[in-house]
Amino acid sequence: MKRREFLKISTALGGAAVLPSALLSGCAEPPAPPGSGKVTMTPTICEMCFWKCAGFVHKEDGEPWKVVGNPEDLHSHGRLCTRGTGGLGAFLDPDRLKRPLLRVERNGEQTFHEASWDEALDYTAEHLKRIAGKHGPESLAVFSQCFGAQHFRHLARAYGSGSFAEPDYAQCRAAREVGFFLTYGETIGSQERTDMANSRCIVLIGTHIGENLHNEQVRTFTEAVGKGATIITVDPRFSVAASKSKYWLAIRPGTDLALLLAWMHVLVTEGLYDKDYVARYTLGFADLAKHVAGHTPEWAYLETGIEPETIRRTAREMAAQAPATLVHPGRHVAWYGDDTQRVRAVAILNALLGSWGRKGGLYIPEQVELPEYPLPAYPEPKTTWQDAHGGKYPFAYSGVTNELIGQSSGPDARYKAWLVYEANLPVSVPAVAEQIRQAAADLELCVVVDTMPMEVTGYADVVLPECTYVERHDPLRNDPQRRPSLALRVPAFEPQYDTRPGWWIARELGLRLGLEKWFPWKEYREVLGWQLEQVGSSMAEMERIGLKSFPRRNAEYLAPGEAYAFPTPSGKIELSSRQLEEEGFDPMPRYTPPEVAPASFYRLIYGRMPAHSFGRTTNNPQLFQVMPENCVWVNPLTAGDWKLANGAYVRLKNQDGVVSNRVRVRVTERIGPDAVFLVHGFGHRTPRMRLTDGVGASDNELITHIRIDPIMGATGMRSNFVTFVGDEA
Amino acid sequence: MLEEVLATARFNPKIDPVLSIWDWRIAVYLFLGGITAGIMCFSAWAVLANKEQQAPFTYWRLSLWGPILLSLGMTTLFLDLEHKLYVFRFYTTFRPDSPMSCGAWILIFVYPAAIALILATLRQGYPLFASWVERIPMGGWLLGPLMDWAERYRRAIAAWNIPFGIALGIYTGILLSGFMARPFWNNAILGPLFLVSGLSTAAALVVVAAREPRERHLFTRIDVGLILTELAIVALLLLSLATGARMQQEALATLFGGDYTIAFWLWFVTLGLVLPLSLEARELSGRRVPYALLAPVLVLAGGYILRRVMLDIGLEVNWTQLATQFDPALLQRLHP
Amino acid sequence: MTRYAMVVDTRLCIGCGDCVIACKTENKVPDGLNRDWVMEATHGRYPHLGTEFRSERCNHCAHATCVQSCPTGASHYWGETNIVQVAPELCTGCKACIAACPYNARLIRPEGYIDKCTFCVHRVEQGLEPACVSTCPTRCMHFGVLDDANSEVSRLLASRDSYCLLPETGNEPQVYYLR
Repeated sequence: MKRREFLKISTALGGAAVLPSALLSGCAEPPAPPGSGKVTMTPTICEMCFWKCAGFVHKEDGEPWKVVGNPEDLHSHGRLCTRGTGGLGAFLDPDRLKRPLLRVERNGEQTFHEASWDEALDYTAEHLKRIAGKHGPESLAVFSQCFGAQHFRHLARAYGSGSFAEPDYAQCRAAREVGFFLTYGETIGSQERTDMANSRCIVLIGTHIGENLHNEQVRTFTEAVGKGATIITVDPRFSVAASKSKYWLAIRPGTDLALLLAWMHVLVTEGLYDKDYVARYTLGFADLAKHVAGHTPEWAYLETGIEPETIRRTAREMAAQAPATLVHPGRHVAWYGDDTQRVRAVAILNALLGSWGRKGGLYIPEQVELPEYPLPAYPEPKTTWQDAHGGKYPFAYSGVTNELIGQSSGPDARYKAWLVYEANLPVSVPAVAEQIRQAAADLELCVVVDTMPMEVTGYADVVLPECTYVERHDPLRNDPQRRPSLALRVPAFEPQYDTRPGWWIARELGLRLGLEKWFPWKEYREVLGWQLEQVGSSMAEMERIGLKSFPRRNAEYLAPGEAYAFPTPSGKIELSSRQLEEEGFDPMPRYTPPEVAPASFYRLIYGRMPAHSFGRTTNNPQLFQVMPENCVWVNPLTAGDWKLANGAYVRLKNQDGVVSNRVRVRVTERIGPDAVFLVHGFGHRTPRMRLTDGVGASDNELITHIRIDPIMGATGMRSNFVTFVGDEA
Repeated sequence: MLEEVLATARFNPKIDPVLSIWDWRIAVYLFLGGITAGIMCFSAWAVLANKEQQAPFTYWRLSLWGPILLSLGMTTLFLDLEHKLYVFRFYTTFRPDSPMSCGAWILIFVYPAAIALILATLRQGYPLFASWVERIPMGGWLLGPLMDWAERYRRAIAAWNIPFGIALGIYTGILLSGFMARPFWNNAILGPLFLVSGLSTAAALVVVAAREPRERHLFTRIDVGLILTELAIVALLLLSLATGARMQQEALATLFGGDYTIAFWLWFVTLGLVLPLSLEARELSGRRVPYALLAPVLVLAGGYILRRVMLDIGLEVNWTQLATQFDPALLQRLHP
Repeated sequence: MTRYAMVVDTRLCIGCGDCVIACKTENKVPDGLNRDWVMEATHGRYPHLGTEFRSERCNHCAHATCVQSCPTGASHYWGETNIVQVAPELCTGCKACIAACPYNARLIRPEGYIDKCTFCVHRVEQGLEPACVSTCPTRCMHFGVLDDANSEVSRLLASRDSYCLLPETGNEPQVYYLR
């Protein structure tokens, strides 16, 4: 708090200049109450994160007013989260991309030239045709994120590419999906199939629900809290979830697997596991029991720092509330390189507690059986992302971003062209800064489709500006949920400036590439209309209600004693995985201790805050007003050692010498003395995003050391350490 | 350890991080209101106590300054308003619970009383000016009979000026002390403090402007008494703060080692009270004093400094503390 | 006086700031100004900690010093309720109300008049809840009439331990926080 300087007598007479403007201000009529004009509501699907809550865009007298949730939607129960409520900020952002851009060279300098759509699309198509002829269409790599990517994946498949990668895979949740798939034969899915509203005990391993604002997750979690459920949070940081927990286990970072094994040990040795469930549905219990025999709470205490009695007490509490006990599968699980195995441990623990398919655990979701619009089959690509993996990651189900990026430079590069959709690779993918720079030099074509001038647009040959989600149609949302439903996105505004919807861009490119067979419709709403008619609805109906629910076909939970066959090779829940064993991996999770911080260094922990979705929203003018920058959380003891004052600015230097942007210090007890915490997504370096340029520190820049999971390619990011350096660069 | 911090950014201009709603404009107004109160009281007292010989300036000429200085103060007051075109709303209603409403109406009633006293003394105080105003076209002729009337009822008019002057002086203090939400101000002693300070600055004004040595001597003596009274009241204020609740004690701490220590003890107490007091006492005891005008000028400056210090501290000492997690300057990026 | 109250369950509040954005968009609050905000209070020493979040705004005090102190009547109660409103056409921008508010809940609009949370009275008139209450994703905010013993807010205050901010000011604030 800076106090005003006292006695600035010299400014006393500075009021002279103020007088004219001061008199002119304030002759306005009192404003009319909001909503008293002509209000229209248009259904939409929020695009502020990937939860895709259905909602309505409200306009008053044609002007943007607000976005509100659709009460029929189970994703949100009619209440959009902080980002969703600020969605119109993306529409109103003056820094958004407005016109297609082409890279040209002028006077020896490269610059962007504002082009017409014809120019930009012709250029792109021409290059894509040439690349297909010279190197084959399989040399196109597609990096994408978000809902609208479907249009471009469709285009790329029709073109003949087979290489797709999303940061969501290797940088986020894929290890979880693989871990659960190997155990249960099914994945958790992007709307996590957690039944927390009915849980009586919830265990969070590092997951910070509450700061991580996945709408339904937060709502059902707090519902459980409200009902008095026992929450056990395992987190080195005192997260919001930890503050609502009966037990907060301030675990030593990187040792979660030791705790999970010890819990299994307690359940097995004390006979607290669900014997009926395990006998009926699982395979390999005897192996598991032998495997965890040595992992006592005393052993785990030495690794994790958690008292043995606490480990026992929490395990017993989990068992007491089972099967309404959920060991939450988490979401972002790319931590230490053994992530699939750690998630396997979570999956196994859930099986011991009998929570899969049970009330309060993990329910069985359903989707609408929605026919695909009839299109010809895609050509078979000569190579795919799997070839890029070169035999590594046998259990991968999608491309590892780092691998595909790494094979995009040099004379024998596998990829000669990139199509990037809403994926800001320099900020989302760790440890590829150099590879991206080399790729930028060597690629024959780099096309970026985005709504904002993100860092990745700086590497593009062509930037194609998409309009925001409130200005376009997109595919129907058909997410697996407790109750199947379809949600429709309809434009509430005409595309602003010279932007276009993704479906239009993909189609125009498709036509120019001779792929009209895959774009037989003129407007995407024809596809939507056709699909809706197949399920007994119509565009007219959906434009009115936004979301339509359908009845379930099967039960939400396993019936007691039901003979349920899991889609695994054995038909059972595989506690010990033969599939892993056959590929040379441990059939059951094995613990390895984490790296130790170098002296004077602190482990970098990163995470979320409710106001933002990673780097996508930091320039949103509305969300910016809630959280304009990230702070580095520093324990008071650490702050004392380094003489860091609250509110001061420092830079962080990591173990490889990379120095971050200046960042504000927050001295707080909520982080331990061995770590620091940063919210992911700040530290942008793009002057065209004027609010957020240069604000905050980028955790991604500091994550130069990644440990890749050999099972499926996840990039573990939590083995980076930072120290403090002065603010002057 | 308690960490209480804003989880969302908040930086309402003039509210955060510290209230800065009332600045020099209000300090100047309070000062000029105080000195006007003193002017009204002294010019009225001079009439009632028949001080025509001893204090001719005060008797005949001082009263003109009242409305002039007060109008100047009301101009700065007007400048402070954020919604200036609606200023007339002060006078479309009267709200007795609001010290500011009472003040707005007191100001209205002060003018007729002060102007009446001016009219009662103008012909002798400013003869050239008086004959000039009588010759103003379309109305100047009215002033003749008005001045006649005022001169006839001069004593009654002066009697009315005293309570209005006191009300004006005290109300400038009540204006601040009526806010429970501002713990530093919430003290009934502010009214008397501002009144005594106002009287003191008016006395200093007379010492500066009067030519008769006897008059200057008289008001120097009066000012010594007023400054001593003011010192006593300030001591009572400090005592009240020291024995008050936590917020009051925190306010006191700003004066003892905190940010306002120098401003309060050096600029206000020493230069604004003690130094002029000793200079005036020295003068009264017959010893020569270099720069005879130094003491009253210091008193005048001290009057302004008092109000400025009181305003600044009062706005800063809050019941609520909102510590921010984010750099407030970032929000300015929204308005390039 | 019909007493409208807001009740925030701090057990469920996660400090997400949705209430802040909902207010801004619903009420078209100018950029850089906030009618409401979220406080985070952490006590203890690592690893023995507790954190509480509070969504704060004008408390619509039943005995509001800001209403008392306003010289023009611009700061007034809506009807016979405790919902404090500001009539811009009566406001001179003198800021007495800002000095009178112990919560620093009021703000100055660029147009010059004083502004603050209105309990979304334009919605209350239609039987709706304030925007912040309707948007809160954890449903930790409640709104209603305290004089009705069966209203949700009455029942919550009767059954749970609660507090309000700075009751010692004597303003009788009507925003309550459940512990």
